[in-house]
Amino acid sequence: MSAADTTTPTKAPPARQASPPAVPRAPRRRRAPGGSAVPWALLAPCLLILALVMGYPLVRLVTLSFQKFGQSQLWGFQPAESVGLDNFTKVLGDSEFWSVVLRTIIFAGGSVVFTMVAGMLIALLLQRVSGWVKTLVNIALVAGWGMPIIVATTVFKWLFDSDYGVFNAVLSKLPGVDMVGHNWFASGPQGLAVIMLLVVWGAVPFVVITLSAGLTQVPQELEEAARLDGAGSWGVFRYVTLPILKPIVVMLTTLSVIWDMGVFPQVFVMRGGHPEAEFQLLTTYSYDRAFVVNDYAQGSAIALLTVLLLLGVVAVYMRQMLKIGEVE
Amino acid sequence: MSAVATPRRTPSGPRRSKLGWNVLGLLVFVTAGFPVYWMLNTAFKPAKDAIDPDPSLFPTGVTLDNFRRALDIADFWGPVGRSLIVSLSVVVIGIVVGMLAALAISRFAFRGRKIVIVGILAVQMVPLVAMIIPVFLLLNDLDQYDRLSGLVITYLTFVLPFTVWTLRGFIVNIPKELEEAAMVDGCSRTGAFLRVVFPLLAPGMVATSVYAFIQAWNEYLYALMLMSQKNQTATVWLGNFTTKHGTEYAPMMAGATMMAVPIVVLFLIVQRKMAAGLTAGAVKG
Repeated sequence: MSAADTTTPTKAPPARQASPPAVPRAPRRRRAPGGSAVPWALLAPCLLILALVMGYPLVRLVTLSFQKFGQSQLWGFQPAESVGLDNFTKVLGDSEFWSVVLRTIIFAGGSVVFTMVAGMLIALLLQRVSGWVKTLVNIALVAGWGMPIIVATTVFKWLFDSDYGVFNAVLSKLPGVDMVGHNWFASGPQGLAVIMLLVVWGAVPFVVITLSAGLTQVPQELEEAARLDGAGSWGVFRYVTLPILKPIVVMLTTLSVIWDMGVFPQVFVMRGGHPEAEFQLLTTYSYDRAFVVNDYAQGSAIALLTVLLLLGVVAVYMRQMLKIGEVE
Repeated sequence: MSAVATPRRTPSGPRRSKLGWNVLGLLVFVTAGFPVYWMLNTAFKPAKDAIDPDPSLFPTGVTLDNFRRALDIADFWGPVGRSLIVSLSVVVIGIVVGMLAALAISRFAFRGRKIVIVGILAVQMVPLVAMIIPVFLLLNDLDQYDRLSGLVITYLTFVLPFTVWTLRGFIVNIPKELEEAAMVDGCSRTGAFLRVVFPLLAPGMVATSVYAFIQAWNEYLYALMLMSQKNQTATVWLGNFTTKHGTEYAPMMAGATMMAVPIVVLFLIVQRKMAAGLTAGAVKG
């Protein structure tokens, strides 16, 4: 510390004359490599907890997927024995697994695209409406956002009830449409479309509110300059607004991918705890294998494959977050 | 079209052009708000009106019967009490531990900082569902299965990374110079933090706490998997309305209302602050 004091004056004098308080010197001193015990001490509790409740189960997830682990291993009647890649070959060799993967990708991909597009459009719209409309929309959005997923799922189940659901009743009021008694959950694609609507409805508010916050940071002058140069609304958005929002958009998209790949209660509750084969997504499929068939090892293998599938996306997200963390 | 019109806009121009946008905005309001409206509408309707195949869009009669029925179904206050205990414990631990970690990340330069950030963020990426099986086994081994304390420690997996990252966002927004000035004036590093940073951080901490509380309160999967029927939490309680005789929708919507309204109100209060914390640095980066 004192060393820093004695070495800085060579550069310091002119600055000191300009600004009396010696503030600018302090950060340089703090950044010195010494004293790294303090941050680690601060981090210790957090890292310990995460290692216990996250690290250990993660390791266990990996080891489990290489073992034979059913009911008798769970209750300790038999030791878990290693079976190598058996679980994976079984899972990967099952055609049902691949249709579940495809279904999950379509479902999550569709949810993410609809969420991002709707979110962006609504955020842009909110910039153009009167204050009171903005307030109304915000209240509706936040009400949806804050609603527990389980409550939202229950409400959607009610909206789309085949006999008493208001959705069928309203649709049937349109000329030439008769949806009375239509069961949306009789087929997988239709049922999953309803669930996708639920997921998008629940996810849009976060995207809108975050993008709105981002939009306020887009310099007005830049947009005006572009307009004066002859850019239309689309041009301004494409070449001025979007590039500035890009970090937020990347963050939101990746988060959405992670969340939408992890959709579970929506399907589980919508189908009364027993999703049919054509409703299975990777999450429910893994759950099904583990807790319905009682093959915890295969369930773990499926869960692990899901995590690996996500890793590609996560890598992109990480780079973005690291960039943010770097800038401080 | 608008590009040409913009430079010479008359005072009435912008106002007139707002009408179209406002109509669109109201459309969004109605669409986004309808599920919430329909929940409230059904909750206050007489139960027999709820099962009208041609439901009226506006309330005709108002009753509190559904709420009475909801409170009767399998004890409402037990699950709510348990949810409160779990969520509050998670918030207290999450905020204290998360704050220390956030300070380390945002105010210190040290070797391994990058790895720690990646590690904490990576934890957020693992879907909860992937972890149920090993978490279930872990709690079984620790004798924490079907216990509120077991639920608390598992909830920390998703609450902690979140509190660390958002608190970091709030701390970063407080200029370092303030702390430094206090230290020049004779405060110790801890003193500078407690007297200068902490008060400025308070609103952000409140927002983060509320948000973490809501996350814990809303969790469903672990609550379902790790707790037996007698220890169920509020979210799982909502499943009690569906029996083999069908679903009692009107009381269920009353139950949903009771669970959602306090949370939504809390949310409305802190959401602006939250958006600021979550995006801190995102644009500048």
